[in-house]
Amino acid sequence: MMTSPTVQIAGVSKRYGERYAVRALDLALEPGECVALVGHNGAGKSTLIKMMLGLTQPSEGGIAVLGEDPSGPHASRLRASMGFLPENVAFAPAMTGREVLDFYARLRRLPVAANGALLERVGLGEAARRRVGTYSKGMRQRLGLAQALLGAPRVLLLDEPTSGLDPISRQSFYELVRELRETGATVLLSSHALSEIEDRTDRIAVMSHGRLVACGTLSELRALAPLPVRIRVHFAEKGSGFAGSMRGPKAWEWLDERRLELTCANDTKVETLRELSSMKGIADIEIIPPTLDEIYAHMMREAAE
Amino acid sequence: MNPILVIAGQEIRAALRNRWVLAITLLMAALALTLAFLGSAPTGTVGVGALEVTVVSLSSLTIFLVPLIALLLSYDAIVGEAERGTLLLLLAYPVARSQVVLGKFLGHTTVLAFATCLGYGAAGLVLGWSAAAPDWESWIAFASMIGSSVLLGTVFLALGYLVSVAVRDRGMAGGLAIGIWLFLVLIYDMALLGALVADQGRHISAGLFNHLLLLDPADIYRLFNLSGFKVSAFSGMAGLAEQAQFGRATLLAALFAWIAAPLTLAALLFRRRQL
Repeated sequence: MMTSPTVQIAGVSKRYGERYAVRALDLALEPGECVALVGHNGAGKSTLIKMMLGLTQPSEGGIAVLGEDPSGPHASRLRASMGFLPENVAFAPAMTGREVLDFYARLRRLPVAANGALLERVGLGEAARRRVGTYSKGMRQRLGLAQALLGAPRVLLLDEPTSGLDPISRQSFYELVRELRETGATVLLSSHALSEIEDRTDRIAVMSHGRLVACGTLSELRALAPLPVRIRVHFAEKGSGFAGSMRGPKAWEWLDERRLELTCANDTKVETLRELSSMKGIADIEIIPPTLDEIYAHMMREAAE
Repeated sequence: MNPILVIAGQEIRAALRNRWVLAITLLMAALALTLAFLGSAPTGTVGVGALEVTVVSLSSLTIFLVPLIALLLSYDAIVGEAERGTLLLLLAYPVARSQVVLGKFLGHTTVLAFATCLGYGAAGLVLGWSAAAPDWESWIAFASMIGSSVLLGTVFLALGYLVSVAVRDRGMAGGLAIGIWLFLVLIYDMALLGALVADQGRHISAGLFNHLLLLDPADIYRLFNLSGFKVSAFSGMAGLAEQAQFGRATLLAALFAWIAAPLTLAALLFRRRQL
């Protein structure tokens, strides 16, 4: 099946005065793909999202969303097929949740009849008739999510979608994202919570100081960052005198009397495991690959140098 | 439904919800009724319809009050939404920026028109019912006073929108709105008067003076209401009215220009704004 990218970003820079918020950035998002945008505060994530929405124009380079310029003459029509959840979403506090959602549905020229079901879907069925002013941060966030889902958009741009959500709501949020991907929508979400996006997104784009530092699947990122793999060996009995018998330079550390942690480079992992498997008295072996947090920290250190 | 109407509807709903409509309507009705009764007490003996007197006193009050209410309603309209973070989301919808400005403006205009018609209209009805039946001409003067008050308010709504779009900070927008009110409602007239006195008629001719009055929407409103019909006899504007070279149609056109110009400028500025 031939698919063209829903979002194509080519050589985009955004300058505010002398300062670059986004610098020479290339990125393509495919239909049915969920991409996480990670980066420190002020890395340029929100600016990039605003440029995709046509709310601000790039200083250099070009963006095409569904084949069109988001700040061009057809911008308004184009935004009808995009959903957006801003960072720190806010609503008129005097309106009820249902009224807010109905307002946004009318702006999209959609029937408001389906809004009750949509509020149920994000877990606000009970609170639909309450004023938004009485909502908690998490409830506002869920209302923000509901409005972003209006009209089944083909491109969803979610800025910090899970901030303020409790673990259960987070799970149902990623459940929603999975359903959307299955319908062929492109989802781009920015996040600080690296551990939760690890296995829930197709690709991860790392931004630092306006530049795209890396972009790929988690294992691709692991290959890019030469971080050591940790291997934990559990002994059935106290296994003293073990470490000396291993070949090659390896770092090890006893965690307690029966647990040893070895650290080795990713490419010597298999060899080390083979060596371990021939030893006696081992009850269990645990392999701990570098987490996204560690990869990210490594990339930030590299970018700073 | 057209997005302009959707946004206008939401604005009206918000104004009803946060009691703005109620507060303005009550304030205007209370002031109009007070002036109507104060005005009708002495005139009974002179034998003039109380309605004309009320037109004079009420329009003098309107010049101060309505622009202030209009600016308070509008200075926050765009910059406030930007600060609260609701603007970003609104602009990400399939809505043109000019539609956002026009929709919100239309909503505020409706609120102001509703409050003015109801508040002042109540006073008119009470007067018409209690006083010796005023003639048609007085009714027309009263009705056109209400209509032009709405127009005057709309002018200042448009000016408030211009401020709200041009400034990035809510506090600054508020200060600027008060500044505009002070200048157009108080300072401009005083400055003009001072210039006239200092000039001693050497440079400022009657024709130039009349045109200078058109540069201030509050003066246009004053000319429109206080120089027309029988009203001018009580307003102290009779001398001016004789010299005035503008018909009522011209004055109305000037007021409409005062609405269109700031609103257009606001829409243009807003379109160019980077978020």
